[in-house]
Amino acid sequence: MQLSKRTLTRTVISAAILAATTGFAFAEGTLKVGLLSILEGPFAVPGQDGIRGAELALKQKGGTAGGMKIQLISGSSDGNPDKAVAATRKLVEQDKVQVMIGPLSGDEGIAVKNYAKTQAGITFINGSSGAQAATLNDPSTNFFRFNTEGAQWMVGLGDHALSKGYKKMFLIAEDYGFPYSQVQGFMASYCAKGGKVLDKAWVPLGTKDYASVIAKIPKDVDALLVVLGGSDAVNFLTQYEQAGGTKPMVGGSITVDQTVLNYKGKRRESLVGTASAGPMADSLDTAEWKKFVADYKANFKDGFPSPSLFAYLYYINTKAALDGLDAVKGDLSGGQKKYREALQKTKFVGPAGEVVIDANRNGVGPTYITEVTKAADGSLFNKVVKTVPNITQTLGLPEAEFKKMGLGTRDIPDCRK
Amino acid sequence: MSAAQWRRAMNTQLPRAQVSVVTQAPDRSATSFPGYIPTQDLSNQNKSWLSRAWSNIRIRHCLVLLGLFIYPLIASPFFTYQIAAQSMALGLIALSLTFLGGYGGMVSLSQMTVAGVSGYLIAIFGTSSMTAISLGWPWWLAVIFSILISIVFATLVGWLSIRTEGIHTIMITLAIGVAFFYLTQQNYVLFNGFQGFSKIGSPTVGDVDFKDPNAFYFLSVGCALLSYWSVKYLVRAPFGMALQGIRDNPRRMNSLGFNITAHRLAAHAFAGLLASVGGILLIWYNNRISPGSINTGALINILVIAVLGGMKHPIGAFIGAITFVLLQNFAIDLVDRQRFNLVIGSVFLLIVFFSPDGLLGLWQKLRVRWASSGRDERIQGSRRA
Repeated sequence: MQLSKRTLTRTVISAAILAATTGFAFAEGTLKVGLLSILEGPFAVPGQDGIRGAELALKQKGGTAGGMKIQLISGSSDGNPDKAVAATRKLVEQDKVQVMIGPLSGDEGIAVKNYAKTQAGITFINGSSGAQAATLNDPSTNFFRFNTEGAQWMVGLGDHALSKGYKKMFLIAEDYGFPYSQVQGFMASYCAKGGKVLDKAWVPLGTKDYASVIAKIPKDVDALLVVLGGSDAVNFLTQYEQAGGTKPMVGGSITVDQTVLNYKGKRRESLVGTASAGPMADSLDTAEWKKFVADYKANFKDGFPSPSLFAYLYYINTKAALDGLDAVKGDLSGGQKKYREALQKTKFVGPAGEVVIDANRNGVGPTYITEVTKAADGSLFNKVVKTVPNITQTLGLPEAEFKKMGLGTRDIPDCRK
Repeated sequence: MSAAQWRRAMNTQLPRAQVSVVTQAPDRSATSFPGYIPTQDLSNQNKSWLSRAWSNIRIRHCLVLLGLFIYPLIASPFFTYQIAAQSMALGLIALSLTFLGGYGGMVSLSQMTVAGVSGYLIAIFGTSSMTAISLGWPWWLAVIFSILISIVFATLVGWLSIRTEGIHTIMITLAIGVAFFYLTQQNYVLFNGFQGFSKIGSPTVGDVDFKDPNAFYFLSVGCALLSYWSVKYLVRAPFGMALQGIRDNPRRMNSLGFNITAHRLAAHAFAGLLASVGGILLIWYNNRISPGSINTGALINILVIAVLGGMKHPIGAFIGAITFVLLQNFAIDLVDRQRFNLVIGSVFLLIVFFSPDGLLGLWQKLRVRWASSGRDERIQGSRRA
């Protein structure tokens, strides 16, 4: 019958197309590595830069590690831990990746760490998530974080703020795990040396309207502590200037990073002078950093003028993962035991200082205190004013005192009086 | 006319006119007198609902059931758990929307909210990572209370929205859904804000641990089948017929004596039951719940699923759910990672563009085309002969 022949050909063709699009060639000696980043929602732009950092690390190794070709398979999340776990589950159980790199956001990191506990045979390496709880609270032996976390990034900024005369501050921060850690890192030394944080305004992630927050700012603060990221930071800064605010600001690690300094609004000038701190800075003077920036610019014409925090973090984590593979020559047998031992011993000089992990598989490294400065060509960058080396997760405090303070939450630490 | 009268009218046999050729002596028994109305002919009612259902089974039903049974044996754990079980749970919530929208004429965007309420209540009543808030009740107690309170919540939402129709129902239910999202995001005392609850495990009943993908798959398929059959039964029962009448012409039904408000509220309550079971399955599937699970995107996803599958028949919800879950998981493999959301959106757009009735509508059109072209061929064949 004419009709059934037509249907038959159509079915065969569509089946062939489906098979072609969904199946990919299984080359011998290929290792699949999952790469989870945020590609939807308020952190989509930083997420893309994270992927650039990971791809740069792979390109520098020529696409191979441990004698095998590395295939990066992407997964996307939107900042919600549910979505991150679903994307991770797909990469691990469906695409059968052996090593998993990601996620981007703090709370996603905690959820992925919980998932990692159910997948003992896969090694999970962090992308850029910086919530303390991922390694401090109920850690997982197959979750590695080569970068320092949010609280470590703010150590020393409290002292710097006091030295600039900011004795009373008001906090505006997003209401999730990473800002809790950042605020704890800042307040650990700020409060101890006599500073006061008069009040805290926690806003939901993705808030577009900051009018009520701006109205709450007390008149007698010396400066604002702004720990927002991505489009939230841009929205707040714009609205604060439009409201006629003039207080100086101290920013969190992702508040004045490249993704925000590149926003093309009219008020970027007001950002000049903002102090911040983080594990890297655009203006580092070292040879390694300059090479990293040059490589980034050469490989990614559509990237930022300077790699952002997320590119850097994904870069060092991916590089550590690939270095570990080189060290064991691609041997992932025996539940990846040798690979994990190699990861524990991994140590290299990254673009912004030495990369090494402690016994809890969390990074130990330096923090750079920066201030936003205008370059000769008119673009804004973060100029390093001080370096604080070798910060561990106890934030420079003795371990007993740190344990007493506990992990950062909305109300801990508190120094209103 | 009340439901009981309707039932009686449907089930009695009317006396048939006897036309007989007189070849034998007239029958003088009682039953042959004209005007004799026999008492209710019970021969039809002797057939129980079970045997009536049995006579309605077709080959395709057996095939589908068989397929569902052997699916975990042939599919990988990922496909069993993340694709199949998740589709069943989402399909259940979409089924509640299809029931309300397709048969009740009230498209309600707050079905995911009802599912979220039941999920959050499981977290609050049961065990989770937030030991300060969770009460730690046994799982069955948490399930019972969660379903009951969700039904009450769904009825309240229905109460607010039954006077509206069309787009206004959509807007008011969407507003309620978004309000609940913001409540869960900003309240820390009960809902733990942005972080929500994690480490909520599926229970272990006797020897069966529902954390196992296969066990959980059978649980969700079982719940889906039960709900599907109950919806199919309900829409042909007097209540369902009345509901469809109210959908088509509420004023006429009102003048016939049906209580519009009561029927609509009952429909909302039943849909709330379906959605809360779906919500409990979802929270056991995810092992966590947070405001992100019930944000505007999630509310609209349920509508997308229901429309994608087709709102004319209960199976549409599950077909839509399977399509949606497959798209969500595999779109990123088909196109550049920066554009995969485009695939999901365009597939939805294409299906609705070519068939407002969703995939089921497409299937109907194809069947009609095949059947009619088959008929044409036979006619042409007979002409040639």
